[in-house]
Amino acid sequence: MSTPQPPATMSPGRLALRRLVANRLAAVSVGFLLVLGLLALLAPLLAPYPYEAVNLPEALQPPSGTHWLGTDALGRDLLSRLLYGARISLAVGLVATLVSLVIGVSYGAIAGYVGGRTDNLMMRFVDVLYGLPFMFLVILIVMVAGRSLLNLFIALGAVQWLTTARIVRGQVMSLKEREFVEAARGLGAGPCRIIFRHIVPNLLGIVIVYATLNVPAVMLQEAFLSFLGLGVEHPMPSWGTLIAEGARSMEVCPWLMVFPGVTFSLTLLSLNFLGDGLRDALDPHTT
Amino acid sequence: MVSFLLRRLLASALTLLAIVLLSFLLMRVVPGGPFDQERAMSPEVRQALETKYGLRDPLPVQCLRYVVGLLKGDLGPSLSQPDRSVNTILAEGLPRSAILGATALFIALLVGGLAGVYAALHHNEAADYVAMGLVMLGVSIPSMVLAPLLVTLFALTLHWLPTSGWGTLGHLVLPATALGLAYAARIARLTRGGMLEVLRQDFIRTARAKGLSEAAIVRRHALRLGLGPLVSYLGPATASILTGSFVIEQIFDIPGMGRHFVNAATSRDYTLALGTVIVYSTFLIALNLVVDLAHALLDPRIRLE
Repeated sequence: MSTPQPPATMSPGRLALRRLVANRLAAVSVGFLLVLGLLALLAPLLAPYPYEAVNLPEALQPPSGTHWLGTDALGRDLLSRLLYGARISLAVGLVATLVSLVIGVSYGAIAGYVGGRTDNLMMRFVDVLYGLPFMFLVILIVMVAGRSLLNLFIALGAVQWLTTARIVRGQVMSLKEREFVEAARGLGAGPCRIIFRHIVPNLLGIVIVYATLNVPAVMLQEAFLSFLGLGVEHPMPSWGTLIAEGARSMEVCPWLMVFPGVTFSLTLLSLNFLGDGLRDALDPHTT
Repeated sequence: MVSFLLRRLLASALTLLAIVLLSFLLMRVVPGGPFDQERAMSPEVRQALETKYGLRDPLPVQCLRYVVGLLKGDLGPSLSQPDRSVNTILAEGLPRSAILGATALFIALLVGGLAGVYAALHHNEAADYVAMGLVMLGVSIPSMVLAPLLVTLFALTLHWLPTSGWGTLGHLVLPATALGLAYAARIARLTRGGMLEVLRQDFIRTARAKGLSEAAIVRRHALRLGLGPLVSYLGPATASILTGSFVIEQIFDIPGMGRHFVNAATSRDYTLALGTVIVYSTFLIALNLVVDLAHALLDPRIRLE
């Protein structure tokens, strides 16, 4: 790619940012996601109708001037439900990823830093969890903790940290031998301080990349759960429930399926492009 | 090699045991029991049922009994489908899921592998961008969106294929495509990445220098090493694709195994839930072992010890 040569004094962070912006697909994706996030945030102001307002005489209307994206089988406005659904789906992606990051980074960093028998034991536990079907785990966690939006977020995050932990552990194992860690130890810093003040900041690049690619994965899982009727509770819409409802009446009212489906796919597409762009931008091998 | 295999098999058995114990425990922590759903069940009937299935014994006793049964290959009676054993239920569902999964995987490998190799050989050309653009689309369209679209187009509008059900070859086409496409996209990305990594290495330049044709270089040298990342991915991917996808089986009304993962857990059918978990975990562990062996076969630098 023919990016202008950046000045030599540029920090790695600025360099990465510049590369990301130069990547047109990634830049467009960021724009799309920002607009989507804004729409989701302002959903209570923007939505033309309440998302749960049943209006049977106007059921299954095709898109029109009064209902831009049409209405569902209960006469609820699809645009309003799509906007509110965006809140749930985006929030799931962000919160569950955050949960998985906190667990995965701490777990991996501790295992990698402590090493030895502790590390071995901790990683065997990860192996065991890897062996369980994740849907089974999510469903069990939600059933134990009780079905609520927050528990759903936490359950999805709680099964997503395994890969992060493995990657972070590997990185920490090589980082802990470096001089700056030695120096920190020489200055009397405890293991906790060394891990979280000195080592973890060095991992941010790789962690951010994995987190970005994690967001679409989590959103997909939430959609699967909602599709199965195990996700958010009625009448709250998430994109997964909207797609599930739309799929049932695909033949007669295709818009019910097409609008949420396209929105969801575009969002996943943007997140994937952004993740790829970030990976390229932060990769020191590409110049 | 033999000692490697023996040690890995022992480690696998221990992992599997840990998985069994953990899921047994997790299942029991969940509030509610298998006989809570039925409304008009008198306490006496319920007590009799729980005694019949040994649910009133202390937990360690139940667990031990389960593991002993498991060693004999007995997964126990199903709690939600009276008079049927978990073995019977899984023996019915697993082959269907596996056939569907194998077909989907075949489609995915064919489409994804070819696209990946092609894109790598035409790196940074229009063909690469087009192929990878399509692949990105494939990664981003969830099967729950793709499947209804395929049904509407090929079954409801064109009437080429049945909408749902199980039995003939025609029933296989749409679900296998919907299931396989996401995998195809991942496979294409991994193949392309792996190939690009290998193609810029010195021994490829040597091969070119000694006058090998591009096709021979790809077949004899590049593919071998370039397939590494793909092989690693295929282990877990095969395990999950063969044991069934709940969403696809739901949409196409296929009586496979995927549905049990969810239904057994929600209806607290402890034995059936454990059975599905054990089948999946066994697949996963076995396939990961195969992956390690395949790495050693493909890359002469890897020695199993």
